Amino acid sequence: MLCSDGTKKLSFGGSIKDGDLVIVYEKRDVMKAVKVCETSVLQNRFGVFKHSDWIGKPFGSKVLSNKGGFVYLLAPTPELWTLVLSHRTQILYIADISFLITYLEIVPGSLVLESGTGSGSLTTSLARAVAPTGHVYTFDFHQQRAASAREDFQSTGVDSLVTVGVRDIQGEGFPDEYSGLADSVFLDLPQPWLAIPSAGKMLKQDGTLCSFSPCIEQVQRTCEALKSNFRDIRTFEVLLRTFEVHEGKIDSCQGEEGLSVRSPPCKRRHRSSEGSTKQDSSSSPTIKVRSHWLFDIFKTAMSLMKNLHVDSLYIQMFLALVFDRLEKFRRKFCPVACGQQFLFSFRMLGSKCRKTFLCRREKVC
Amino acid sequence: MDECRDNRALVDNNEAQTLTSEDIDEMRRQGVKGDEIIEALISNSATYEKKTAFSQEKYRIKKQKKYAPRVLLRRPSARSICEAYFKKYPHRIGFLRVDALSLLLSLANVTANSDILLVDMVGGLLTGAVAERLGAGTGYVCNTYLGSSPYPVDMVRTFNFDNEICKRIVRAPLRDLCLDQTGTSEKPDACNAELNVGTSEKPDASNAELNGQTSSISMEEMSLPSNHEAADSETTVSPQSKMGKTPKAGEKASEEAIKSWKENGFSSLIIAAPDADAWSLAKDLLPLLSYSAPFAIYHQYLQPLATCMHNLQQGKMAIGLQISEPWLREYQVLPSRTHPLMQMSAFGGYILSGTKICSCS
Repeated sequence: MLCSDGTKKLSFGGSIKDGDLVIVYEKRDVMKAVKVCETSVLQNRFGVFKHSDWIGKPFGSKVLSNKGGFVYLLAPTPELWTLVLSHRTQILYIADISFLITYLEIVPGSLVLESGTGSGSLTTSLARAVAPTGHVYTFDFHQQRAASAREDFQSTGVDSLVTVGVRDIQGEGFPDEYSGLADSVFLDLPQPWLAIPSAGKMLKQDGTLCSFSPCIEQVQRTCEALKSNFRDIRTFEVLLRTFEVHEGKIDSCQGEEGLSVRSPPCKRRHRSSEGSTKQDSSSSPTIKVRSHWLFDIFKTAMSLMKNLHVDSLYIQMFLALVFDRLEKFRRKFCPVACGQQFLFSFRMLGSKCRKTFLCRREKVC
Repeated sequence: MDECRDNRALVDNNEAQTLTSEDIDEMRRQGVKGDEIIEALISNSATYEKKTAFSQEKYRIKKQKKYAPRVLLRRPSARSICEAYFKKYPHRIGFLRVDALSLLLSLANVTANSDILLVDMVGGLLTGAVAERLGAGTGYVCNTYLGSSPYPVDMVRTFNFDNEICKRIVRAPLRDLCLDQTGTSEKPDACNAELNVGTSEKPDASNAELNGQTSSISMEEMSLPSNHEAADSETTVSPQSKMGKTPKAGEKASEEAIKSWKENGFSSLIIAAPDADAWSLAKDLLPLLSYSAPFAIYHQYLQPLATCMHNLQQGKMAIGLQISEPWLREYQVLPSRTHPLMQMSAFGGYILSGTKICSCS
């Protein structure tokens, strides 16, 4: 992930090798960290991907599955890692991480003390900030979580910059060996005020401290504890608002089922799927409907049936065909395990104007 | 501890303080210390005792700021410089707030030993912040610009960088970085070689578009490249040999650096051009990045970024695209007086971030 070796440069231009960590990108919110192994495969809803196909390709490549679906393989960065790592504890996200690294004034070569390590989300970003000559000493009082964190740092390649210790910082404070050496201290503890005196001892003159707390009561007690030894105490709340962009125009057809009305390009809270499924190309640019086109027809047919008297043979046959196809589609793409059930029975011919049509829907697809 | 005083009897008629400004000046001339002036003011105030404890503290702090100010001297950092400018001259930094700046640095994976391409039209604040995170060592911060004159980056001087870091900050016009795309550069060739018939259209179109764009830019300049470079190298050589001056940040990028960037690509891109069009910059600069390189574009307004994001999606140039708006609120935290600060910046701009992908399948 990082280049601790001063002679090499960080460049994603390198190609994927056996043993590398890649981020498999399906779509914006669906990503996964995978360790490349010559003999392994990745299986997901797009099919089966052989790792051996990936080796030798550059990072950022699109790779195909046996079914023709595709994903992208990205090089890991601390940002991507924060989004894919396994949560053993609640983690910090990019808004807070980026802000506090700037406020702590961490630069390459800094020595940073952190507690608790948690799942290592912030730690990975701290490692990037102090590389290549600095170091992060991070502590957690939970033995297993500390071990998992160590494993993570090894797989992301930042282990030369991070040392994980098992220690109860609230109870015992930081180890004396770092006294007066730390450029920055970061605390994410339930009672950070207990660790403030020790943090004060660790920090150099003009060193920076940050404490992260979810509750205002904790913040208040921490600020109270900081008053004696620290200056320029400030408290912030940081958030990120995100926007998604869609092109569209307002459709004149109102009320027909299956069509949706969209507004012109502007902020919307809607998921845009970068659609890596092998999809029918029939969806027109103005209409972005989530469901399959067959279902639209079904819905239209349903509304038609409500309004029309279905006595025509042709309409009945058409509807039968639609439902038949829909049933096949349903079986293929919507496994029964999802709790959806479609049951059709249709009586054609022989029954005059009687639509014995049963459709039991427990859950709409 | 309950407060029994309140302000029901206080009248704001400017008659509470019996000391006049002449009295205070007299005290100053006599060399009375700031703290003593404050004590004098307090004892001569008719309403001080009637105020609540909090109000008294506020009064004391206000007087201290005026008569006994204390300053803390600290070395400059990206955040303090950004905050200072945002407070005083925000238009000079394109209203780039501290949290937006820190987001740019994170989203673009700014780190040591990397090559970062920048378009800095915010006075040099971004360049300085990136250089601070880059540190000494290998790697460059390359400021690029359309046309022939670089954008001013005076703010870099306020960072007090030492020589090692100054050497990392370079500049190169866009046409120098793009030049060989038409010729023998490896990446487009590899791209073309791997193309299948079915998907050939888009990468070809984007390459052709880039070439067309480049040639139109270089035609605008009209100067012969060789003469231009010779003249420039003279100006860079002479100050150094004459006076042994320390290298100023923002020197022209060396030939070998440019060559290595053309071969390997930059490891990330940040654009902070609040008055320019995001898409026209992005489409020229994204091809200069290596694959899987992250980028972040800051803009004051949402629509240009929305257009840019849409075009990037259509052109399949990038994935993981997201437009974010940073939101920042500061709190005053004091016992029984914890509340958000009265003024909050509601506008810190918007950031479009994403990762460049290999467009050949």
